[in-house]
Amino acid sequence: MSKLFRELARNRYSYLLVLPAVVYVFLFSYATYPYLLIAFQRFNYQKGPFRSEWIGLENFRFFFQSNDAARVVSNTLLLNLLFMIFVTLFAVALALLFNEIRSRLFIRFAQTTMIFPSFLSWIIVSYMMYSLFTTDYGIINQALDWLGAEPVNWYSTAGAWPAILVGMKVWKDAGMSSIIYLAAIAGIDGALYESADIDGATRWQKMTRITLPLLAPTVAILTLLNLGKIFYGDFGMIYAIIGDNGVLYPTTDVIDTYVYRALRQIGDPSNAAAVGLFQSVVGLLLVFAANWTTRRTFKEGALY
Amino acid sequence: MPAGRRFTIGTLFIYVALALFALICLLPMLLTLAVSLSDEDSIIAHGYSLWPERWSLDGYRTIFVNSALIFRGYFVSIVVTAAGTLLAVLITALAAYPLANPKVKYRNVLSLYFFITMLFNGGLVPWYLMCVKLGLTNNLLSLIVPMLMFNAFNLFLVRNFMEGLPAELRESAYIDGANDLRIAFRIYMPLCVPVLATITLFYALAYWNDWFNAIMLVDDKKLYPLQYILFQLRSHIQMLEMLPNGARTEYTLPAESVKMATVIITIGPIVFLYPYLQRYFTKGLVIGAVKG
Repeated sequence: MSKLFRELARNRYSYLLVLPAVVYVFLFSYATYPYLLIAFQRFNYQKGPFRSEWIGLENFRFFFQSNDAARVVSNTLLLNLLFMIFVTLFAVALALLFNEIRSRLFIRFAQTTMIFPSFLSWIIVSYMMYSLFTTDYGIINQALDWLGAEPVNWYSTAGAWPAILVGMKVWKDAGMSSIIYLAAIAGIDGALYESADIDGATRWQKMTRITLPLLAPTVAILTLLNLGKIFYGDFGMIYAIIGDNGVLYPTTDVIDTYVYRALRQIGDPSNAAAVGLFQSVVGLLLVFAANWTTRRTFKEGALY
Repeated sequence: MPAGRRFTIGTLFIYVALALFALICLLPMLLTLAVSLSDEDSIIAHGYSLWPERWSLDGYRTIFVNSALIFRGYFVSIVVTAAGTLLAVLITALAAYPLANPKVKYRNVLSLYFFITMLFNGGLVPWYLMCVKLGLTNNLLSLIVPMLMFNAFNLFLVRNFMEGLPAELRESAYIDGANDLRIAFRIYMPLCVPVLATITLFYALAYWNDWFNAIMLVDDKKLYPLQYILFQLRSHIQMLEMLPNGARTEYTLPAESVKMATVIITIGPIVFLYPYLQRYFTKGLVIGAVKG
């Protein structure tokens, strides 16, 4: 104990510098953990997380016996999986294409345009989507009309939304992630391409036999790290675009929007906490699993 | 890779594909800009269009002359972004210095302390109840303090950068009799300007785009930041979208051009800072992704 105090005294200024961050993280992470107990209670704001009435697993039973459980879990997993697959596909494809062209001016212009959407909030994007999809004035329905097809009331057609959401995710994120892959491609040894040139390899051969295989570990690592987050829905995206439009819930409602509604609209913090705890625990297991796999496969790429 | 290749069909295809994707990225923004500059009657007559029938600045005039709410929201967003970013960068940068100093015996324990929060968090409900307990509801601080003011990822970004600086800097300063406070502020912070610029932009963008703190913790209309005003406006519009046509006339909504003009002025600062964002943001992202 005295050793601890001697160290704290000797480096007092260093510990003073880190103190604000320590306190902040304590308040907003560690000190909130006791509130997880309310998942097993009928929470009462006056009585707090230690003296509210204990009801065991009742909150969990309520969630898993409702129709919502299967819906929000499968939507979360399906949407995240689709986001991951399509954003990665487009990002890798863009990086490969950028790698093939020499015009600096064109690269700069194209990248500037493609990165911009990633700086916008989903609220802003939802307005842009509105100008595309709204029934009366929207561009898509104008185009359908021009082609002689019936206009579609998109905001009440649940089946279309997984595809629309994936499209918007690619629109927003693919440009930015292609930068990461382009950086990885830039790290590939140029001598490989030179010897391929001497052997008379075509551009396609160099792309598929050199660039892609050497890019694969980076793709795999980033994908595995993303798999660890697959149980967390993108609240900022889904709620900004879908909001409280119940017609679209069957295909778009995710765990995070469900928890939000349970807490802030239905006003049942215990039920919300139970679902949140379920999500956190599964999420943690997935992070461990993903990291374990990454470390087994690629020594360098693991998160810890 | 060889330079000066002949211009082939393949090359043409690559240029067309990239240009097409760039165009798709640009179009929704051009459309928004066009609608914000449209005359209201021509929108109602012809729908949204990239080249409006009649141009008009009415949308912007309405915001700056008539709409106290939007004007106030702009002010709230600016204050929250400025104060939040300043505090967040300060807390993060100061915490990074001891973590990068081998003389500090518990630096690895501290790193672990921060790292655990990246792996596990209690979720929305415990966080929300803590904010309520701390009185962080319905005031300006509730837009600044919760959620965004510290990020372990940014901390490790700065720490890694500091670990890359030569240790002799610190050693010779110790010999000259400087203490850690002095070394942190006088030697390390100035040398860390590139990485601090990166995290400043990370935080500033997150604050500017944030509406989560507002939706969770703020009910008072006077405290709505711009993004949240847009969100509120949108959910009203979406509600109308589901009603039959006849029922819609009971509601008066801001004109289409006003909505899109609000979107444009919200993007404004991002466009303004875009050259810096592009440079530092992508750099930080690449370092973060490669080093973990």
